[in-house]
Amino acid sequence: MAEIRNYTMNFGPQHPAAHGVLRIIMEMDGEVIERCDPHIGLLHRGTEKLAESKPYNQSIGYMDRLDYVSMMCNEHAYVLAIEKMLGVIPPIRAQYIRVFFDEITRILNHCLWLGAHALDIGAMTVFLYCFREREDLMDCYEAVSGARMHATYYRPGGVYRDLPDQMPKYAPTKRHSEAQTKARNADREGSLLDFVEAFTDRFPGYVDEYETLLSDNRIWKQRTVDIGVVTPERAKALGFTGAMLRGCGVEWDLRKKQPYAVYEKMDFDIPVGTNGDCYDRYLVRVEEMRQSNRIIKQCIDWLRKNPGPVIVDDHKLIPPSRENMKGDMESLIHHFKLFTEGYCVPAGEAYAAIEHPKGEFGIYLVSDGANKPYRIKIRAPGFPHLAALHEMSQGHMLADMVAIIGSLDIVFGEIDR
Amino acid sequence: MATAMMRLSQLREYLPTLLGDALLSERVEFGELTCEIACKDIKTVCQKLKDHKNAQFDQLIDLCGMDYSSYGEEDDVLSGSGTQNATSWPGSRYAVVYHLLSLNHNFRIRLRTQLDSEPPTVESIIDIWPAANWFEREAFDLLGIIFTGHPDLRRLLTDYGFIGHPFRKDFPLSGQVEMRYDKEQGRVIYQPVTIEPRTLVPRTIRKDTSKP
Repeated sequence: MAEIRNYTMNFGPQHPAAHGVLRIIMEMDGEVIERCDPHIGLLHRGTEKLAESKPYNQSIGYMDRLDYVSMMCNEHAYVLAIEKMLGVIPPIRAQYIRVFFDEITRILNHCLWLGAHALDIGAMTVFLYCFREREDLMDCYEAVSGARMHATYYRPGGVYRDLPDQMPKYAPTKRHSEAQTKARNADREGSLLDFVEAFTDRFPGYVDEYETLLSDNRIWKQRTVDIGVVTPERAKALGFTGAMLRGCGVEWDLRKKQPYAVYEKMDFDIPVGTNGDCYDRYLVRVEEMRQSNRIIKQCIDWLRKNPGPVIVDDHKLIPPSRENMKGDMESLIHHFKLFTEGYCVPAGEAYAAIEHPKGEFGIYLVSDGANKPYRIKIRAPGFPHLAALHEMSQGHMLADMVAIIGSLDIVFGEIDR
Repeated sequence: MATAMMRLSQLREYLPTLLGDALLSERVEFGELTCEIACKDIKTVCQKLKDHKNAQFDQLIDLCGMDYSSYGEEDDVLSGSGTQNATSWPGSRYAVVYHLLSLNHNFRIRLRTQLDSEPPTVESIIDIWPAANWFEREAFDLLGIIFTGHPDLRRLLTDYGFIGHPFRKDFPLSGQVEMRYDKEQGRVIYQPVTIEPRTLVPRTIRKDTSKP
């Protein structure tokens, strides 16, 4: 009889289920994974080093490109760290707008995750449904910042501008008649808030659709229940945060426990799992989408009733208006200083963390008093999650690897930085 | 939040008895507690902070290496080249910074340990929190800090066969080598970088904005 030996298998870096550029070297015993060693860094751009060579405001755009499916949440942690060191408190309306967009971003992120995860395990429809919703939310990004993904909308001291009073509309084309175009524009007649409100009324029904397709689906459960189980103790030791930790039954959410912006005024629940397997993590994230929807509704109510400034009135930080700049000497000087030198942050160090859709996203900022950061360390939530891949996949079949990677919700923009 | 701050100040009062000589100094800044720990004691300090009922730091949130060699340096705008020092870092060049989080008590702590040896060396804390595994590999890769007792201290983020530690302050921003396809050899080759390094916005320290 032939001798049976372990063999080594390469997975990625170009593989649709690798969610980017993940390369894994796996040692297999037949179809069972004995050991796996993820090789990362294929998307390493040195964001932290680049930020050291630029004034503070110029790195906001780099934050979007870290976790490129939850752009504004990344910006939020970065501006919070700067605000902490400068001692600036943004206007209350700006804080509501930030919470509003953080939750829109959370839905954006979870929709992409759910679609991609389901597609990996063989459910095609969910992917199409999820991207339909993402389209509406990306239009919100576009309406407010002009960019569909990399918004650069949050600034130290507030947000760049107030919410727009009108939404961009579709124009009739060869394929869409006047009447069809009118129907497509039905939700777009009012302001951004009206558009998002119409979305929040529809969205719980959409989540029901996803759940009809997956939650009791026999194939889905066979692929995810009892796969990649992590105990709560182990999850804490491995540095898990966010939905990965809550899926194990640990009730921990920075929005509740260490609230930032206006989360303490919001009414929402933290879903937790019990078994810590892929299925529980799926349930937790789906419920988070419903909770995000609740928070967005509360923000819309408040934002409608309370107009006001959205950014602090300090021209050492914020450029003066274009009009003032043309006529007022002091404004011109402020404008010139801000764009040629930027602002200096007092010497010291600060760590600001937010509840990112993927877990705890933190910025550790060290300043020596200059107009550029001395050192930035980005604490990416996906990094410790992926580091635990070996432990989670050991003893599972090769096909389960795909389910486990899917349930980690990893994006290489933030892991490789 | 208020109670968490109170518990943090309780922890602060308790720290000297818990850690003894290992605690070199501590301070609170922006509501964050930072402790300087002697390099040789870092592992025992971490173990105590994890196990003691008044601390219970069950999560290592972040670990990062630091290079303080150009701390307080400004670009010399008048001469257009070179740098000048406004202030300089009082401690040693390399340090490792740990961010710990206690889920039970809902507070955080930051530990910093300064590394005097060459190459910079510190004991690994992978036995206490397995999360340290990749964080330490990253610090080794980017700053060349050696973690003794780490079972698998390989490069993590940089290219296969990479030379140097890119996050050290003396490593150029544009790197040392670049890659291109060579037609004659019919393969991808490495060559020295052809990018001229340039500074768009000079590094400036303004005294009037520093803390009172």
